[in-house]
Amino acid sequence: MKVLVPVKRVIDYNVKVRVKADQSGVDLANVKMSMNPFDEIAVEEAVRLKEAGTATEVVAISMGPEQSQETLRTALAMGADRAIHVVHDGELEPLMVAKMLAKIVGEESPDLVVLGKQAIDDDANQTGQLLAGLLGWGQGTFISKLKIEGGAISVTREVDGGLEKIGLKLPAILTVDLRLNEPRYASLPNIMKARKKEIAKKSPADLGVDTTPRLKTLKVAEPPKRQGGKKVGSIAELVDKLHNEAGVI
Amino acid sequence: MAILVYADHNNQELSSATLNAVTAAGQMGGDVTVLVVGEGCDAVAQAAAKVQGVAKVLLAQDASLKDQLAENVAPLIAKLAEGYSHVVAPATTTGKNIMPRAAALLDTQQVSDIIAVESADTFIRPIYAGNALATVQSSDAIKLITVRTTTFAPAEAEGGSASVENVDGTGDAGLSTFEGAALSENERPELTTARVVISGGRGMQSGDNFKMLEEVADILGAAVGASRAAVDAGYVPNDYQVGQTGKVVAPELYIAVGISGAIQHLAGMKDSKVIACINKDEEAPIFQIADFGLVADLFQAVPELKGELEKQGIQAR
Ligand SMILES: Cc1cc2nc3c(=O)[nH]c(=O)nc-3n(C[C@H](O)[C@H](O)[C@H](O)COP(=O)(O)OP(=O)(O)OC[C@H]3O[C@@H](n4cnc5c(N)ncnc54)[C@H](O)[C@@H]3O)c2cc1C
Ligand SMILES: Nc1ncnc2c1ncn2[C@@H]1O[C@H](COP(=O)(O)O)[C@@H](O)[C@H]1O
Repeated sequence: MKVLVPVKRVIDYNVKVRVKADQSGVDLANVKMSMNPFDEIAVEEAVRLKEAGTATEVVAISMGPEQSQETLRTALAMGADRAIHVVHDGELEPLMVAKMLAKIVGEESPDLVVLGKQAIDDDANQTGQLLAGLLGWGQGTFISKLKIEGGAISVTREVDGGLEKIGLKLPAILTVDLRLNEPRYASLPNIMKARKKEIAKKSPADLGVDTTPRLKTLKVAEPPKRQGGKKVGSIAELVDKLHNEAGVI
Repeated sequence: MAILVYADHNNQELSSATLNAVTAAGQMGGDVTVLVVGEGCDAVAQAAAKVQGVAKVLLAQDASLKDQLAENVAPLIAKLAEGYSHVVAPATTTGKNIMPRAAALLDTQQVSDIIAVESADTFIRPIYAGNALATVQSSDAIKLITVRTTTFAPAEAEGGSASVENVDGTGDAGLSTFEGAALSENERPELTTARVVISGGRGMQSGDNFKMLEEVADILGAAVGASRAAVDAGYVPNDYQVGQTGKVVAPELYIAVGISGAIQHLAGMKDSKVIACINKDEEAPIFQIADFGLVADLFQAVPELKGELEKQGIQAR
């Protein structure tokens, strides 16, 4: 079974995001970038499938600028076998990403594509579902458990009311939630080995996908600031303030 | 222009998230039609018909639609969408699961989790865990939108008198099957709509200790939430998680107990009207956004809070 894992290079989750003064976007200059945390979980799951003998090959894919290679190297160091880099400098919308992934799925014929449930930069939470729709495959989104037996899979999904179990036919699309697994750190020998693994390069044009954005970003603004920071000295004071000053209890 | 709103429900009750989505749809300008998809959900359609601002209800019922599997619902939305300028759903896990699949079928770039409607084609949405707000303009002919429910007031549930029209589903796609659900049983108000929320973090140390928070919640009529760390540690179920990748809440009062205030947590609660926190580390970032911060050991402070509320006779409103 072949597994594809799309991984996105995003601003590191620990970095405090700053909006540019001209409101054209977020300042990414000299900011630490990392693999989207959900995608680390997706890579981990795929590598575990390989270690369990369920998967035969794990291919990492990233769309983005030259530096997205680093993200792919991380995936390779975690245990992916090879990688595909679609080099693109401009903004990438989820629909474009999904269309390019659909083309790559056509070329690679995987049994499973495992994505993150959401990229922590655009917070779109769309790409996996879009890809499933484009391909006409089943989708298991926001999963916290995965069981594969024979030609069928069963997933546990994290939903607003609790948990849900869904059965899917293969091939299928999965998007992973935080509690599916704890991703490993790549060991130094594996980082060295990853340097020798193949990263194939492509362009959106190679895949025949139009990269004209559908959404125009008119402005990126800072959210209103909260005036916090006041302290109270005791529970009695807290209750008094909430009851008599704020009037919320 | 006409707008189709996808109803969030469990075949028995229309969820309040739908009411928020109806309000957002109304701001886009045009008649609002609500689509109810499920099985045995006539009561939901009747409830939707009574919502103010709803002109029409479409009801699609059959066995393949009962569990709202995305594979079976998305083609129906795509088929119906042709007659509308916008399709809107609340950004619940159901909406997030189904809508992008419909967007793929319609070749549309969905706008996720909007917090404001600027005009019929321009919307504001949070990005980077709410640390930036993007204003985006859509050029798609049919706009697909999910709505952050906490920033739109609910439409009045009573007073409307829309007609209900039955529509056919598109059949079972044969790609997925519903195998069951384990839903949290809870007598307390729903997290996303509660007037008061009290949340616990890693500082709670165990699931048992959450009883302390529940006792306070019962006095205040509050919902109980949690940080990711508390959920990951297994203290409480996943549906308690507040944050960037959990639930977004905006109650009148949010009380954070033993929560440090990571940006991913703040993303889910910083629009609360009043924020209080109890934390023993005065350097914890949660204090920077709290209106009332108490530096204290929670194991002392929370029982004391319960005692003080009882002493003063403060009750749920
Ligand atoms: C991709 C991604 C998505 C995420 N999504 C979310 C999300 O949706 N929601 C979320 O919450 N987090 C999320 N996180 C995790 C987030 O980064 C933090 O790790 C998490 O919020 C920390 O939880 P915490 O505050 O309970 O734990 P900690 O950061 O460990 O804080 C515990 C706090 O309790 C205090 N404390 C300990 N003992 C006591 C005591 N006896 N009395 C009083 N105070 C005490 C400590 O001083 C400390 O401040 C996400 C992370 C990533 C990478
Ligand atoms: N540029 C990209 N390159 C590779 N994978 C991506 C890219 N954008 C999104 N993805 C995948 O899609 C998931 C969801 O992203 P989004 O829909 O943008 O929230 C991510 O977790 C990735 O797995």
